[in-house]
Amino acid sequence: MSDQLLKVRGLKIGATVYPPGEKPHDIEIVHGVDFDLAKGQVLGLIGESGAGKSTIGLATMAYGRGGVEITGGEVWVNGRDILKSGLKDVRSLRGGEVTYVSQSAAASFNPAKKIMDQVVEAAVEHGKFSRKDAEERARVLFAKLGLPDPDNIGSRFPHQVSGGQLQRCMTALALCPEPDLVVFDEPTTALDVTTQIDVLMAIKEAIRDTGVAALYITHDLAVVAQVSDDIMVLKMGETVEYGTTDQIINTPKEEYTQALVSVRSIDHEEKLPGIEPVLKVQNITARYKGTNFDVLHDVSVDLFPGQTLAVVGESGSGKSTLARVITGLLPPSSGRIDFAGRTLSPDLAGRSREDLRELQMIYQMADVAMNPRQTVGTIIGRPLEFYFGLRGSEKQKRIQELLDEIELGDGFQDRYPAELSGGQKQRVCIARALAAKPKLIICDEVTSALDPLVADGILKLLLNLQKIEDVAYLFITHDLATVRAIADSIAVMYQGRVVRYGSKTDVLTPPFDDYTDLLLSSVPEMKLGWLEEVIANRKMESAGN
Amino acid sequence: MRIPFAAAVGLSFTAVYFLAAIFAPLIAPYGMAEIVGDVWEPSSAEHLLGTDNIGRDLLSRMIYGGRTTIFIATVATILSFVTGSTLGFLAAVLGGWADQALSRFVDLLMSIPSLIFALVVLSVMPVTTGVLILVMGLLDSTRVFRLARAVAVDINVMDYVEAAKLRGEGRGWIIFREILPNALSPLVAELGLRFIFMVLFVSTLSFLGLGVQPPLADWGGIVKENKDGIVYGIGAALWPAVAIATLAISVNLVADWVLNRTTSLKGGRG
Repeated sequence: MSDQLLKVRGLKIGATVYPPGEKPHDIEIVHGVDFDLAKGQVLGLIGESGAGKSTIGLATMAYGRGGVEITGGEVWVNGRDILKSGLKDVRSLRGGEVTYVSQSAAASFNPAKKIMDQVVEAAVEHGKFSRKDAEERARVLFAKLGLPDPDNIGSRFPHQVSGGQLQRCMTALALCPEPDLVVFDEPTTALDVTTQIDVLMAIKEAIRDTGVAALYITHDLAVVAQVSDDIMVLKMGETVEYGTTDQIINTPKEEYTQALVSVRSIDHEEKLPGIEPVLKVQNITARYKGTNFDVLHDVSVDLFPGQTLAVVGESGSGKSTLARVITGLLPPSSGRIDFAGRTLSPDLAGRSREDLRELQMIYQMADVAMNPRQTVGTIIGRPLEFYFGLRGSEKQKRIQELLDEIELGDGFQDRYPAELSGGQKQRVCIARALAAKPKLIICDEVTSALDPLVADGILKLLLNLQKIEDVAYLFITHDLATVRAIADSIAVMYQGRVVRYGSKTDVLTPPFDDYTDLLLSSVPEMKLGWLEEVIANRKMESAGN
Repeated sequence: MRIPFAAAVGLSFTAVYFLAAIFAPLIAPYGMAEIVGDVWEPSSAEHLLGTDNIGRDLLSRMIYGGRTTIFIATVATILSFVTGSTLGFLAAVLGGWADQALSRFVDLLMSIPSLIFALVVLSVMPVTTGVLILVMGLLDSTRVFRLARAVAVDINVMDYVEAAKLRGEGRGWIIFREILPNALSPLVAELGLRFIFMVLFVSTLSFLGLGVQPPLADWGGIVKENKDGIVYGIGAALWPAVAIATLAISVNLVADWVLNRTTSLKGGRG
């Protein structure tokens, strides 16, 4: 086949692991993967973390990250097996024939050099263009990718453009040397939904216009469905299913793929508002020390016992600040908070132990929310000891009850956080919050660091616990699919204000204000052609521009 | 558990020195200040390292001297760590005014070279072992303060510390149960290093005559007593120098190994 660009056969990748207390040993993380890519085609690699997708993506550049080694198989690029090529040949391949776009542009750009210098570097270095021609080409790419002021943006430093813009600069960087293949490694995962669709559209158009082939790596099936021709589903380093995008989305054959397609299958009936709210936030205005602008403006929301209030918005909208104000970490400049029938002191020091006990918090990053030097038993046991004075066997019994409640069972008490998976860590954090028998738990992006199927499990657990313990949740998230699944009422925040607030049905029923419309329409849907449809019907530009 | 070769060497040398220090009266062939021979006798069966400038057995002096040096260095190190890390953690946790006051005071102390500072203090105060330890420990605690504060400031902003604050925990719990266990590995590595500095510090002071006072033996003092012999080709002053150097190297080897091990411990950071 003449238009064959990439052929991967029996790719095996190994790594050395260092489990605590054991001897280091080698394991295989990718077990013989095959795929083909023709010129101008896009293949989506999808799977959960640990599925080996990034590792496979980097292997197409004959590269293994630290501690990772390509142990077997063949990778043919433009008719030669690059795993058997010499270093010189590999060098001309990397950044010349195959380029790479990483997840975090902010961490990948050199902060001390101007964007243009970095964008043209590979093209000039590989002798593909003269410096002048490369800059000309970069400006054309900037314009094509929809960056503002394409003629001058290259003279800025990376920190002078927004996250979405920087991600597009990185795409320009990858396309500049006219490569045959671009590896996109989760290029939109770190972005807000409203920014994500702009970047996605820019990438899609750039791929179409330049005729480059691409490997698109992501964990979000709905995103990959918008850009790729074929999709390969990976799990634990093995191919689960490999087919056209249409086939994978509409008629998935394997059970695992079906689970990925139908994720967020939670049914949650909206509860009617009660009479007496457990939390009443009234006209809160707040700013951080040493700044001269308000992060929250006149925010008022109510939350009823045993219900869930979802606070949604993009990064910078003030949702986490609201959580800090309610917990007392950031005393507001005006407004008041009523909780369980009493007025809370604005700062943490003035609150009673009872106030603290009844208001618990679960964090986004479970790994840093637990002391790495304490066992699960200590972590869950401390609130029992601290609030209820439980000791000895009584405490042990209660810890085990809590572990059963979060579906972890026996044998977890003596483990350290480092020995738990991401989902298990978050479950332990939930148990720690529940141990205090709270009336309200603030959940700050609790599922956004987790894989979709694991996140689904956590959400189901939270809903289940709400029924048993009758606890209210203040659920902070940027993910509208999560909101649909679990909320009773919703507050949409934009630039520190609540722009839309009410019961779930009211908030999610048209007519929408422009911002809510933008936010709702930006959530990727698992159907072909969704991206073009949304871009055509938008009323408002996203804040990322 | 396999002990790497370098650590095993460090560990055995350190152990030998510490055991010799602890059991000095049992091991030393002669008394500490006992004059048993001629001035600067060469090594012989009776005096393995020869005799010193007034005819005392050098090996016995070395063993008793090690006892003094190691004892003073150890106690001063403990003092400097307890003071330095407690205040450093406190500054990090309290923040604001308390942090500013403590940090600037420490800056002030650090801006004066510690040897000169110690010489000034010791020249106006009676030079006893207690005073010596106090001066050395407190001066050195400024370094520990800096490190402890820097490490604790990083840990203090972790979510698990915030969770403890939201739970209503007191400062004691936050410092000793949340921060200390996570700050331990850099502190342990520093501990070895500071101990060596203490050995060098006390030896320097003794060499200058403001440290351990004769007839009590210590390694710096032995160098001082025998330094005049070097011009006549008599190596008595070199033995304590060799002892200081080997102790420094071996303690460092142990500290390196401990650092490597604690970071790969269960739940270790990094």
